[in-house]
Amino acid sequence: MKFDTPAAANPIDQLKVVGKATDRIDGPLKTTGTAPYAYERHDVVANQAHGFILGSAIAKGRISRMDIAAAKVAPGVIAVVTAENAGTLGKGKWNTAALLGGPEIQHYHQAVALVVAETFEQARDAAGLIKVDYQAEAGAYDLAAARNGATVAKGEPDSTVGDFNGAYTAAPVQLDATYTTPDQGHAMMEPHATIAAWNGDKLTLWTANQMINWGVKDVSQTLNIPEENIRLISPYIGGGFGGKLFVRSDALMAALGAKVAGRPVKVALTRPLMFNNTTHRPATIQRIRIGATREGRITAIGHESWSGDLPGGKPETAVQQTRLLYAGANRLTAMRLAVLDLPEGNAMRAPGEAPGLMALEVAMDEMAEKLGMDPIQFRILNDTQEDPEKPGRPYSQRQLTECLRQGAERFGWAKRDPKPASVREGRWLVGMGMAAGFRNNLVTKSAARVRLDGQGMVTVETDMTDIGTGTYTIIAQTAAETMGVPLDKVAVRLGDSNFPVSCGSGGQWGANNSTAGVYAACMKLRQSVARKLGFNAAEPHFADGHVSSGGHTVPLAQAAKDGDLVAEDQIEYGDLDKKYQQSTFAGHFVEVAVDSATGEIRLRRMLAVCAAGRILNPKSARSQVIGAMTMGAGAALMEELAVDKRRGFFVNHDLAGYEVPVHADIPHQEVVFLDEVDPISSPMKAKGVGELGICGVGAAVANAVYNATGVRVRDYPVTLDKVLDHLPEMT
Amino acid sequence: MRNHGNADVSRRGLLLGAAASAALTATPRHGQAMPADADVPSAPHPGPVPIMNPVMNRVSLTVNGAAQTLEMDTRTTLLDALREHLRLTGTKKGCDHGQCGACTVIVDGRRINSCLTLAVMHEGGSVTTVEGLGTPAKLHPMQAAFVKHDGYQCGYCTPGQICSAVAVLDEIKAGIPSHVTASLTDAPQATNAEMRERMSGNVCRCGAYSNILEAMTEVAGQKMADQQNGRDPA
Repeated sequence: MKFDTPAAANPIDQLKVVGKATDRIDGPLKTTGTAPYAYERHDVVANQAHGFILGSAIAKGRISRMDIAAAKVAPGVIAVVTAENAGTLGKGKWNTAALLGGPEIQHYHQAVALVVAETFEQARDAAGLIKVDYQAEAGAYDLAAARNGATVAKGEPDSTVGDFNGAYTAAPVQLDATYTTPDQGHAMMEPHATIAAWNGDKLTLWTANQMINWGVKDVSQTLNIPEENIRLISPYIGGGFGGKLFVRSDALMAALGAKVAGRPVKVALTRPLMFNNTTHRPATIQRIRIGATREGRITAIGHESWSGDLPGGKPETAVQQTRLLYAGANRLTAMRLAVLDLPEGNAMRAPGEAPGLMALEVAMDEMAEKLGMDPIQFRILNDTQEDPEKPGRPYSQRQLTECLRQGAERFGWAKRDPKPASVREGRWLVGMGMAAGFRNNLVTKSAARVRLDGQGMVTVETDMTDIGTGTYTIIAQTAAETMGVPLDKVAVRLGDSNFPVSCGSGGQWGANNSTAGVYAACMKLRQSVARKLGFNAAEPHFADGHVSSGGHTVPLAQAAKDGDLVAEDQIEYGDLDKKYQQSTFAGHFVEVAVDSATGEIRLRRMLAVCAAGRILNPKSARSQVIGAMTMGAGAALMEELAVDKRRGFFVNHDLAGYEVPVHADIPHQEVVFLDEVDPISSPMKAKGVGELGICGVGAAVANAVYNATGVRVRDYPVTLDKVLDHLPEMT
Repeated sequence: MRNHGNADVSRRGLLLGAAASAALTATPRHGQAMPADADVPSAPHPGPVPIMNPVMNRVSLTVNGAAQTLEMDTRTTLLDALREHLRLTGTKKGCDHGQCGACTVIVDGRRINSCLTLAVMHEGGSVTTVEGLGTPAKLHPMQAAFVKHDGYQCGYCTPGQICSAVAVLDEIKAGIPSHVTASLTDAPQATNAEMRERMSGNVCRCGAYSNILEAMTEVAGQKMADQQNGRDPA
């Protein structure tokens, strides 16, 4: 199905199933521990051996000598895999560094060996017997120090509109501020894990991967085997947040281990290995300049960002939202990329916007204060309904102002005292902050197969993944709505490369595109059903498990009485995303209390008002938003991968050192979805929501801390040591 | 102490063996950072490393009401005994370091991180895992409340959250105080602050905390109602 004109009325608009708050259909499995994750597949292949990965102890240099003799003869050991016996390996398109290092080492904890043994305990013990001598080389590990040598990244030119420098210089009110965001870890609960089994030259990987088709291609390129010999299976994924977009060393080493050992091998990354062995969200330095008239109209807006990555890597696109979010005739954005020898930087939930808005939305707060304006009024005054870089190119929907207004109303913004540090409740300094949320809606093709059987059961198959996003349920809702059956007449099978290629899970594009692909396949199945039942005239009506046309009503199942009916189709897009800017919007509101003696920061209330097209399942969509708000609170208040700038690695590489929010940190969270449908987005009229929730929330927290204390922290995370020395006198 | 008969070891020998394997578990020999400013040999090669065969031992315990006897490497954590030997994979390995709570199970009525305890330490013990609470066809009230309130997303921390949540309500009922309990003499109540504090060893990176609390609040309320009506809470 080609989607190249805005959607007209269609079966999804019935909203009998879609749009209803629906319990997850995978809920009973997940809550009873019976949903199978990658490392747990005792059921799929016999005789599994255990693999344990050894990571490099240096960040950059070479292995000069590796002694695996003791490991090879240790009890239970079946095989040891290193670069010496791994054969010639390629590198996947989505990997920056090699997944198996040696002799060259590209980053700390890069895998250098896998020990395969009968048990986990034996493999772990034997890995400790491997002796590696390194020749370390000096590397670059400090973004601030490398900043001046940073260059324009390939394919990421500066964007300029009008005369930024002239307009900024002439502006009566100016802000020029620099912000930093640290490296952050995905820290998903399920470690990267894979079971690999070879059958001749065919390889099956039960793995935790968000993007099945990317994974097949990258395994093919890395192992130099044809794609058709590779099967990836990933029905349940214990969180990803971008950290499982790509094939990682667990999958490669399991495949290599299984080959050398001659039997299936399972490998999970240990928690301490995850932070340096895999990808992370890169740190940024961001300079923002805003010039405005005294009335608060932005005349110049500039955003520059510096980040680092391994050679061949990419910048953190932290200026992205600044190209689109506010009006202003003179504009500049620029990204500079430094070569750093830290582990590989890559996408983490809302790459670009998440750290970008942490800076921009504090700058907007600072500018509003300079102007003596309410920060909401300042944003509303500079709202735009068209792409500010391409006047005349409209937004498909843009309800940012409505998000902010409703949020202010619900949150009691009017009660906020704009003068910082003026509200006290006993020992607590109390403040409110807000920020705009913004994240683009990306459209990309997605396919599915649907089957109707003689019992009237509809089975959907697509290689789409559910990483906690609620995909199983919204796909079932889509199929139920389109085929006119109740939810329990739909079965959904995901995450298998034998199924049609979907959009996968990333960039908050999963929900809209994958359901649109299922819708396309279901519409094709409806045609087959109609033909089979001899309904040739008007478009038949599918409802309540029946099909009716011209006064005839027959059970849907009857169409499959002679055998299953199968249809496969995909959604593909025309140029509506070129003609229209498609984005999602939010207003984030936060109240904090800061201990006037200790500087301890507590979140008291959080609210997000979101405009993100049709909400397919308000229950799971709300969970996506509160989860993202939680991660945003972590980014604001605690998350920071501490860089050892001499040795080049993230020091706090476990869940005790890398702090993420826990129950006690998070208050009740409120989420409101504006009533919106976006017919320009897809036949579902939906947009993504999984990343919108993290976009802006960090700045809202920082702004609330400022309002509470009068302390403006521009270097995240906003920890108590940064506010303690500047707190108002205790009274 | 019962002699398991599979290894002719004295009580003292057993203890030493357990201590040595615990130490091995706690301090892996690899992955240490090396200075970048010089050629770095790995710690001076100490000559041949003594190769020790794994110390095996037998442990008998009850898991979800069923008696189990396992013959295992003494280094096996309770978590791996459940997941790898008994194939009860509902209990999750999130960090293997006691930092995330995904492996929480209830042992002899108290919740513990099963990754931080060796299986052989639980001779005669009684273990309840998430599989022992309910099944997809017959959910425990806490499991049902998690589904109703969407108290999970990816599902990986969920079994640990649910085991913790069940045990937390029992702890409060038993009058066990927490860090936020204002009075050590009054019975603690299932308030938001109490539940959040007690649940804080169970990390949910998907960020379902607000919903988990609502699920627990519902079950806690139901428990209170049942107690008042003289019914035995589930």
